[in-house]
Amino acid sequence: MIVAKRKPMAEIAEMVAPYKSVKVIGCRSCVAICLAGGEKEARTLASALRLKARKEGRKQEFEALVVERQCEKEWVKEVEDKIEDSDLVLSMACSLGAQTIGDMYPKKLVFPALNTGIFGVPEEQGVWSEKCVGCGNCIIHTTGGICPIARCAKSMLNGPCGGSANGKCEVNLEVDCAWYAIHERLKVQNRMQLIEQVSPPKDWSTSHSGGRRVYVREDAKLTQHQKKGKEAVR
Amino acid sequence: MKAGSNLEKVFESDRFAVTAEIGPPQSANPEPLVHHARMLKGSADAFNLTDNQTAVVRLSSIASAVVVMREGVEPVIQMTCRDRNRIALQSDLLGASALGIRNVLCLTGDHQIFGNEKGAKSVFDFDSVSELAVFDKLRREGKQVGGQEIKDPPKVYLGCAENPFATPYEFRAARLAKKVAAGADFVQTQAIFDMDMFEKWMDEVRARGLDKKVHILAGVLPMKTAGAARYMKNKVPGMIVPNHIIDRMKNAKDSKEEGIKLCVEQIETLKGMKGVHGVHIMAVMWEEMVPRIVQEAGLMPRPSIE
Repeated sequence: MIVAKRKPMAEIAEMVAPYKSVKVIGCRSCVAICLAGGEKEARTLASALRLKARKEGRKQEFEALVVERQCEKEWVKEVEDKIEDSDLVLSMACSLGAQTIGDMYPKKLVFPALNTGIFGVPEEQGVWSEKCVGCGNCIIHTTGGICPIARCAKSMLNGPCGGSANGKCEVNLEVDCAWYAIHERLKVQNRMQLIEQVSPPKDWSTSHSGGRRVYVREDAKLTQHQKKGKEAVR
Repeated sequence: MKAGSNLEKVFESDRFAVTAEIGPPQSANPEPLVHHARMLKGSADAFNLTDNQTAVVRLSSIASAVVVMREGVEPVIQMTCRDRNRIALQSDLLGASALGIRNVLCLTGDHQIFGNEKGAKSVFDFDSVSELAVFDKLRREGKQVGGQEIKDPPKVYLGCAENPFATPYEFRAARLAKKVAAGADFVQTQAIFDMDMFEKWMDEVRARGLDKKVHILAGVLPMKTAGAARYMKNKVPGMIVPNHIIDRMKNAKDSKEEGIKLCVEQIETLKGMKGVHGVHIMAVMWEEMVPRIVQEAGLMPRPSIE
């Protein structure tokens, strides 16, 4: 899932200070699961900002709302009136949710309350770790199911480098060396030939390096006729 | 001959090679390079010019190489994958060759978190192994990684580094094999303090026949103090310094003299080790000791081969 962290309170307070009517909009998807921007977090942030504004003598209104998936227009539509009625939308979704609202209502200000970080996995309560960077060309079938692009600090394809000590990464001694882990995994799987081969340079054109990516599934797209039907139902 | 560098000639004539390092300055002033080149000339067969080592911004390795070449010193330029993508790396290889640089050491590079520009964007388009493979194809076939053919390929002798003391230890000889398969002509090892462990690695290297395919330069690093030894043991991941070395440095009357003595002894041991084809002396911030160490190790004068 997408894992995000709330920005520091001081930064958010400074961002929202000039605006009178602020809608704090959370999201029930990834950011709710990673405890950054769900309903509870949106309510907590709204009341904290309300208190701060009162203490500092600013006349501001904060209302907490939540939508199912802020990255999808259909769900955002449900709170359209509230958005239209605000001076500022403080999005507690990931940047995708914030940008969805921004793209739908270009005259409205939509500010991010979260820093969107990683495609991550919950390792234990309160711990999320990065395991994919969305390079667009998955190779983990050749690396024991462990992604070196995301999990090696240098995204090496022929690791481990000389800084692997006791199976940890020299860049952060708390973090496992991805290539040490790949080595151990392939050993268990009896597929050591995979790590002994030279991996050629990766073609990064499928990643963000190739420019902004838009994936189109022609077979899933609606025809003009189907789109009209859907509108009518609404 | 692949590139005709002095280092290549020393290896090909089956002599025990000596290389050392010159760290470029953190300024635009070439004088420290000139100073070191004059001081060190004749004490080694070639000198590494480091490429922004530990991710600290320094005078570029290619420019530094040109400065020392003017003083009659042969450079080995280090080229890391940290700061340049495949366009820049291939371009700089062509440029280095055009300037007469004949030895190139392919490295992945220290992560920028260790340096003085921690906010830098990572590149790491290649790693050291793919860099070697690309450079080897470029010099042999005149073909870029993207397939474009070039008319005048670079004339370079290709080196790499390997660390027998990083985990997983059992994979370290295999990783050298990958670099050899990718086109490495020579390898410089991480600084050796645990000689038994290095011997073990060499056993595996020999068992794989790698010593016949790549020229092995064993890395040595003269230390000034016991504190330096302790620091390397505790703070530098991928370095192993046994306690007896730390004790020896601690108990010495003159730790600097002891450091030199230890380094000379290490070289003596390495000279007798089957498959070791030379030493690479990393006298970091202590370059002036290189001529003395080489002299005392009985490796002077350096051969002059036509």
